[in-house]
Amino acid sequence: MTAASTPEPGRDHLRRIAVWWAVASVIGVVLVVFLLGPHMPPGRDTAEASDQTTANILLSAICTPIMLGVWVYFIYAIAVFRRRPGDAGDGPAERGSSRVQLIWVGVTGSIVLFLAVWGSVILLSSAEGAGGGQGPNPLVTPSGPKVQVQVIGQQWQFTYRYPQYGGFESAELFLPESSTIELHVTSLDVTHSFWAYQLGVKADAVPGADNIAFVRTKGPAKFDIRCAELCGIWHGHMYEVGHIVSKRAFTTWAAGMRRADRLIRPYLGPYQRAYLPDPQSRGG
Amino acid sequence: MSRNARIAAIVAATAAALAVIGAYVVSFLLAGPGTVVAATTPGPTPTANLTLQTVAAIGTGPHPDWVTYFVKDAGGDWRHSTVFQLPAHATIHVTVENYDGASGLRNPFFGLPRGISGPMRVDGKVLPVLDPSLASHTFAVPDLGLSVPIEGVPDAAEDQCEGAAPCGPNLAHRTITFTFHTGKPGTYRWQCFVPCAAGWQYGFGGPMQTFGYMDGFLKVV
Repeated sequence: MTAASTPEPGRDHLRRIAVWWAVASVIGVVLVVFLLGPHMPPGRDTAEASDQTTANILLSAICTPIMLGVWVYFIYAIAVFRRRPGDAGDGPAERGSSRVQLIWVGVTGSIVLFLAVWGSVILLSSAEGAGGGQGPNPLVTPSGPKVQVQVIGQQWQFTYRYPQYGGFESAELFLPESSTIELHVTSLDVTHSFWAYQLGVKADAVPGADNIAFVRTKGPAKFDIRCAELCGIWHGHMYEVGHIVSKRAFTTWAAGMRRADRLIRPYLGPYQRAYLPDPQSRGG
Repeated sequence: MSRNARIAAIVAATAAALAVIGAYVVSFLLAGPGTVVAATTPGPTPTANLTLQTVAAIGTGPHPDWVTYFVKDAGGDWRHSTVFQLPAHATIHVTVENYDGASGLRNPFFGLPRGISGPMRVDGKVLPVLDPSLASHTFAVPDLGLSVPIEGVPDAAEDQCEGAAPCGPNLAHRTITFTFHTGKPGTYRWQCFVPCAAGWQYGFGGPMQTFGYMDGFLKVV
C-alpha cells in the first residue's frame, strides 16, 4: 500500500466528526423548529410577540448546529483520543491550519452579519416597531387609528389611563383585540419597567419621561404584566394579569370604568404625557 | 501542628463560619412583626373586625420618628405589627384610627375608595371620595382590588398626638370605617400609597420600604 492511497488519520477523524455533526444537526434543527418552536416565548398574541417568537426560533435553529458541533467534537475526542492502557507517549503535535481558521472566521462572521442585516430589516419594516419603548419621539409610528393607553408606574403598582375615553384611570389593563395600541409609559417616582410578557412589550417607565411603544393585538387573550426594574421592597409584587378582549367588551368595560371614575376624575387633572407631582418628598 | 490537627482546625473553622452565616440568614428571614389574628365570628359568611391605628411617629425602638401602623389584637391591646390574619371568604369590618396629618397622594387615583362593600365613612359620615391632598395614608391590597384613602388630621387640630405611640382616643384623630370581603386563602401584601416617609426621596423610603411599618401582609386562611 502506497503512502498516497493511505488515508491520513486526521482526515478520517474530521470526516467522521462531520458526518456525526451533520446528522445530529439535521435532527436537532428539526426538533428545535417543529417541536420546541411552537412553545417559544413570548407567544403569538400580538404582531410584535410573534416577530420575537420567530426571531427566537431562528436564533435557536442557528445556534443548534454550533452547539452540536462542540458537543460532537467533545464526545468524539473523549471516546477516540483517550489514552490507551500502556500508552505513555505524547499525542501527535498540533499544528495550525489557515484553511480551518478561514472557514471558522468566514462562517461565524457570515452568521453574525446575516443576523445584523436580518434584524435591522425586520425592525425597519415592522409597522409598529419591535415592542420596546422608543422614547418620546418614536422612529416607527404605525398609520391608522390607535388606542392610546398611558402606563403609570409607581411604588408599587401600575395604573393605566385612557385619554381617548375621558381620561379615566384604571388599576387593570384592558385592550381591544385586532387594534394598534399606543402605550405611553411613564413613572411618578423611581424607574420601573413595564413588561407585558405575552404582548412582547418591555418599556422603561422613567419619571418625567414619555416612553412610547406600539403593539398590534390579535384575538382575545390574557397576558402577564411585571415590573422588570428593581424598584423597592414590593418590586416582586408588581405583577398582574392584563386582558385583550373583543372590541365590544372593551367599549363596555371602558364605559363602566368611566362611570365608576367620575368622582375622582376632577382630581386626576388633565392628561399629560408625563407627570411631576407633589409632594416629591414629605416635609418634616 | 500535625497534618490531621490542621485539617480538623480548618473543618472546625469552616463549620463555625457556615453556622454564623446560617444563623444570620435564618434570623434575617424570620425577622419581622408577629401575626395578629383578627377576632372572628364564625358563620356561613364569617365576619371579622380589624382595628388599625396610624401614627406619625412610633416614638420608640430603632426608628422613633418613623410613621407606622398599629393593630388591635383580640385582647384589645395595640400591637406594633403589619401582619394580620383574616378568615377566607369572609366579611371584614375595618376601623382605622388615624392620628397623622395629611401628606397628599402622589397619584390622585387612590383618593377614590375601591373594592369595598358599602360606603367608606369618616367620623361616621359617608365620604364617597377623598380630596387627594387631604390623604394621610391609604390601606391598599392591590391583589384584592382594595384601596381606601385615610383622611389626615388637620394641622390646626388641638390635642395632636405627639408622644410615644399608640395614641389615646382623646387625642385628635380621624376614624375611618369600611368593609371588604376576603376571597380565597392566600397571603396578600398591603401597602400605603401616600408618600408619607418623612425626609425620604419621593417619600417612599424608610418606613415605606421596611417591613412592619407602612406595609405588610394579610394572611387569609
